Amino acid sequence: MLDRKTFTLHVRTVLLAAAALGCLAASQVRAQTKEPIRIGIISEESAIAGAGISRAAQIAMDEINAAGGVDGRKVEIVQYDDHNSAADAVRAFQRAVSQDKVVGVIGTYITEIALALQPWSARTHVPFITTGAASNEISRHVHDDYDKNKYTFHEYMASPFIADSVCDSVKLWLQTKYSIKSAVVLSEDAAWTTPLDAEYLECLPKVGVTVLDHVRFSPDTSDFTPLYNKIEGEKPDVIVTGWSHIGVQPTVQWAQQQVPIPIIGISSQATSGTFWKDTNGAAAGIVTFSVASDGANLTPVTQPFVDAYIKRFGEPPPYPGFTTVDAVHVFVEAVRRAGSTDGDKLVTALEQTDYIGTVGRVQFYGRDSLFTHAMKYGPTFAPGIALQWQDGKQVPLWPKAAPNAKLKFPAFTHLQPPKG
Amino acid sequence: MLAVQILVDGFAISALYGLGAVGFTLMFGVSGVLNLSHGATMVVAAVTAWVVAGQHAGSPWLAALAGTGAGVATAFATYFLVVRPIQRSRSVPAAEKEIFVLTGTLLWGIMIQEAVAYFYTDNPKTVQPLIAGVMQIGGVRTPINELLIAVICWTVIGLLWLLVNRTKAGKVLLAASINPRALTILGFELSRVYLLVWTIYGVLAGIAGVLLATFLGASSAQASQLTASAFSIVVLGGLGSVTGSLFAAYVVGYLETLTAYLISPAYRTVPALVLVVLVVYFRPHGLLGRR
Repeated sequence: MLDRKTFTLHVRTVLLAAAALGCLAASQVRAQTKEPIRIGIISEESAIAGAGISRAAQIAMDEINAAGGVDGRKVEIVQYDDHNSAADAVRAFQRAVSQDKVVGVIGTYITEIALALQPWSARTHVPFITTGAASNEISRHVHDDYDKNKYTFHEYMASPFIADSVCDSVKLWLQTKYSIKSAVVLSEDAAWTTPLDAEYLECLPKVGVTVLDHVRFSPDTSDFTPLYNKIEGEKPDVIVTGWSHIGVQPTVQWAQQQVPIPIIGISSQATSGTFWKDTNGAAAGIVTFSVASDGANLTPVTQPFVDAYIKRFGEPPPYPGFTTVDAVHVFVEAVRRAGSTDGDKLVTALEQTDYIGTVGRVQFYGRDSLFTHAMKYGPTFAPGIALQWQDGKQVPLWPKAAPNAKLKFPAFTHLQPPKG
Repeated sequence: MLAVQILVDGFAISALYGLGAVGFTLMFGVSGVLNLSHGATMVVAAVTAWVVAGQHAGSPWLAALAGTGAGVATAFATYFLVVRPIQRSRSVPAAEKEIFVLTGTLLWGIMIQEAVAYFYTDNPKTVQPLIAGVMQIGGVRTPINELLIAVICWTVIGLLWLLVNRTKAGKVLLAASINPRALTILGFELSRVYLLVWTIYGVLAGIAGVLLATFLGASSAQASQLTASAFSIVVLGGLGSVTGSLFAAYVVGYLETLTAYLISPAYRTVPALVLVVLVVYFRPHGLLGRR
């Protein structure tokens, strides 16, 4: 029989041991359930481009977590649908920060929404990366009031760069094959096309293309016949576009009415893999700018991402898919570099970004640039590509053409080979 | 040449407007229902045709048939799930039934619109034209499909005229629109008359939706705009008057086309809407309305 003293001793030992074990177990549990790094994704889920943002973010999250996360912490995507409304997007941002405790927000392909989120990113000191909006207003705000707006990054081509890329492709590629001396600029009336068109009007004449007319139309236009009718009367060699909110309808009507003028420029909806199906093949011959595509092979990670996306979602990614998968990686790398999720430290770390992504080498312009925190454009950074829809496929043609790929405009269009 | 272009373009679009509005006005005339899910019904037809066309490439007629079927199915769903329960409800006072039906169909339309956007995105869908290619009319390059649309619209409207004026079922419809109570006293089941009018409505809206998808393309985001356009045409022509609606469809169609060509496509709908306001102000029963 145990005497009372020994019993007490035993109890003490057991209790101590239990307490020690308990502490150990608790610390183990803590190590396993380290708070995940939460990233908010805000996009319009019912649009092809918007859905591409959240889908690409999921792929990036799985890649990062499969590789062990960030210092043992998992990355978690918190997804919000903004229904293409700035008010909904702002509410989502507030909720993401105050309730869901995200440490960064990525999203939106719409300039108006990116501009609405920018001040909230400034107020909350939570970094925000837009991966599809184009207007250079976004980075200009960062340039003009750096201390306030430095939390915003623009990881997509700013509108003037898109226009430059289109002009470069005309000069270095299209004019070697066809005589292109005149154009009509046909853009939707939206914030992102204002700087785009301004740059078109400047860079096209520099490559020897006279701009015969500059037409802007409301994004709710459904019948494009009057516009095509007017443009045809002006007899340009090409129509240079700035289309994003619209795309399917003008393309289908162009093909149905057999408008004899080829369409080049940027048509965001045509960067989506479903565009051929959406237009029932009317897309044949449409040339558009994009940041990457199936077969573009800009970097070693471009095609593996396209393949993973197709495997998971059954179709190739639209343009913001590429920039978003890159942005999630860029953000997570910044967290790793900063060793913290503090907003100011993250901004410094993001500014040091040098990442080989699906769209090229990702770096951001610095404070001295007019495009502060916008993604660098150029052959050694993100070059942008030109692709053409042919037989149900997007064929990348410039700057690097897919093997055996050739420019092919529909029979109803007329373009002459260059003279001399 | 511009004049010919306006004539041709305006004719096709007006025929399409007419077809869309006729079912809408017939429904009001016969059963007193203003179906505000009209645009959503057209969009469902258009998107269904697009889905079927995607699965069975090369058979646009099958897709058109499926789209029309979807129009009828949506019309029935609207009637059985929304309109009839309100009409039969005892807790809704008789005097407020019309307003309940209006609100009910409006919300129902938004639900359909959101569902279509959720499953198929709100990017516009287009269906391959039934006949591809173009032809010259007075020096104007016109898609054959545009002419075909006008022909189909007028054939369907002609068939509707025959149905209403030359068949017994049609005469019952007419009678129901004039004096439903007398019709019940004569031993006709009003519920059957309503079922017939919803079927006709579904076919008309379905065909209009499919044709729209082959012509300009249709998106779920357009649903409310399509309802508004049918609504203003019907108000302009006189609520319940089929001839008035057809006449108004051409007035609106040509006014829009003229504006788009001569002023700017951006102001396309403005003059027609101003006209609707003026008509409601000075001639509230519409151009050819009977009340």
